[in-house]
Amino acid sequence: MTRIFLESLRKGRLSRAVKASSAGPEYEKAGQELRALIARHFGRSLQIREVDAGSCGACESEIISACNPIYDIQRFGVDFAASPRHADALLVTGPVTRNMETALLRTYEAMSGPKFVITCGDCALDGGAFKDSYYCAGGAGALLPVAAHVPGCPPHPMALVEALLRLLDRLNTEGQPKM
Amino acid sequence: MLRLLRDREGVSPVSFRLNAGDEAHLEVRPGDFRKACLFAHNVSGAPVSTLFAEDQRAERRRFFIRCVFCLRQERIWLVVSAGLDPEAPEYDSLANDIFSAALFEREADEMFGLKRRGAFDDRPLRLHPEVWPEGFHPLRKDFRHPGPRGQAGRDYAFRRVEGEGVFEVPVGPVHAGIIGPGHFRFSAAGEPVLNLEIRLGFTHRGAEKLFEGRTAAEALAFSELVDGEAAFAHSLAFSDAVEKICGVKTPEEHLLARGILLELERMYNHAGDLGGLATDVGFGFPAACAAALKEDLLALNGKLAGSRYLKGFNRLGGTCGLTVPMLDEIEAALASALKDFSGIMNILYGSASFMDRVEETGVLPQKTAAELGVSGPAARASGIAWDMREFSPLYRRAGFRPARQAQGDVLARLRVRAAEFEESARLARGFSTALRTAPRSGPVSVEPVEGCALGCAESWRGPVLCWVRLGRDGRVERCKVTDPSFLGWEGLAQAVPGNIIPDFPLCNKSFNLSYPGNDL
Repeated sequence: MTRIFLESLRKGRLSRAVKASSAGPEYEKAGQELRALIARHFGRSLQIREVDAGSCGACESEIISACNPIYDIQRFGVDFAASPRHADALLVTGPVTRNMETALLRTYEAMSGPKFVITCGDCALDGGAFKDSYYCAGGAGALLPVAAHVPGCPPHPMALVEALLRLLDRLNTEGQPKM
Repeated sequence: MLRLLRDREGVSPVSFRLNAGDEAHLEVRPGDFRKACLFAHNVSGAPVSTLFAEDQRAERRRFFIRCVFCLRQERIWLVVSAGLDPEAPEYDSLANDIFSAALFEREADEMFGLKRRGAFDDRPLRLHPEVWPEGFHPLRKDFRHPGPRGQAGRDYAFRRVEGEGVFEVPVGPVHAGIIGPGHFRFSAAGEPVLNLEIRLGFTHRGAEKLFEGRTAAEALAFSELVDGEAAFAHSLAFSDAVEKICGVKTPEEHLLARGILLELERMYNHAGDLGGLATDVGFGFPAACAAALKEDLLALNGKLAGSRYLKGFNRLGGTCGLTVPMLDEIEAALASALKDFSGIMNILYGSASFMDRVEETGVLPQKTAAELGVSGPAARASGIAWDMREFSPLYRRAGFRPARQAQGDVLARLRVRAAEFEESARLARGFSTALRTAPRSGPVSVEPVEGCALGCAESWRGPVLCWVRLGRDGRVERCKVTDPSFLGWEGLAQAVPGNIIPDFPLCNKSFNLSYPGNDL
């Protein structure tokens, strides 16, 4: 134990300073607003269950980016739940392929209310470039009630924060989102 | 070779021609197709690179089945084709002799309705029988949609492992993390996994059908959506095919710019994989460092291409171009990335508990990898030092050497990625220096003409192949995309048995294959 302690003293700080410029002041500002809204509506945190319903993988990569040490969306009270049972919101990516319809519906049904659906990326809104496919429903809206959309191909982490802000802001004025 | 084929196998070709510089097209009678493919397989010692069908009933009154082998020494693609009957297309299955053909044959069966004689697996692949009725083949030109969604009422037959104490663990398609959908069925007895069956197709979006009818420029933009994490490599494979069809020679400036971006794509993904492996053993600190490194590289991409995933930068006949200030930025970012990278590797290699988890875990033997046709970093970690970048004069001039490890375990795959990360940084820096003095010009204008060609780019997962046929109006008639993941998934399924289920995430991440690239 002493050896490990001395060793870590000798090595000093291994991490590097996070560059303030990488996430930007707008991101910080939006994030703090989001944090206040989440505290008001959800107590401590907003738990999101993410489901890939046929995305190209870029949306997933950007959602993961939102959790990296630069954007670190968790500090604003947003986290990604491993089970739909623990989730407040369902974040859907991809144009909803035929093979994913059942899995998507079952995930939604497994969530306890109140719950709402957010679409992430252009494909999830209306099918995007895959709108005319023989195998796509053309977005999550064809199967589920959608409360908010995160635009982009793929959406930047900032777009995710902004979309959550807009949604929760609407909660402020309208009460419950459509279910 | 043709003489050998005639004398030894008794196969006389219907036609033989050279196409687009590095392709040899051999057409044989349908009855000779299997023989000719076996001959090519034995001569080249190579697995099937891709096998696909084309519906040319309108132009040539035939379905065509084409099987592509890579003759590595000669740097030539050998395309063996046979025209099949338009009413009842049927051919002899290759899969009993060349295993790497098996998945491709199942694909051609469900997409075109090409029947195989003697096939050992006739299950559909991507069109799940639960939701898709029989007899509807989407890539036929006269395909009609079966109608709105609903249950088709058929089930998929998994392989069953039976015996005392054997139990099944089904996982997916929805997983606990932020990750693509796939179904993994483990059969285990006690702790070790006896069998893993991977069922995919959940992200099947019908991409190949959507290519058809687009202009070459529209299709180029669409190719970036096939696999978002390898968007640039997919776009490069497509533009390569179109440029080969049109006989366009891309200027040096743009070849260098493409080289830089291809390596940057490899770097951000390999950085993400280092972090992923650390996450999967619960080693948070290097995982966070790797996430920050990946973010730096994504931010650099955003500055260069206007897209963090390098979309929209590649053009037919060139690129959007890189300016001198951009090159400065690239070189500075590369230096900083290498520094961060060596820090992360020191932490990983210096941790006894991390090394204990990755050593001798998920071993893929070289023979298995070769027979399955596994490619990319996974193959290179199993002793198959093959990398399509060696085909490129640009990379050969830069002194490129593929990475290689022999053990085939998770650690070997990590080491291959680490070596490739450093090599990519070196190559990108070299390209950047060369680009400073290269003569500047805009992209060459490309007038799409009728024809076909095979495009190729070595993505961070392995070679992406893109067979493109342009029609008389310059629009895409057929685009067959082959992602390295397509054959790679079976490699994962073979590497897992003998390991315990908790090591599966680690094995999976060390391959890190693509769901959308596989499912199309």
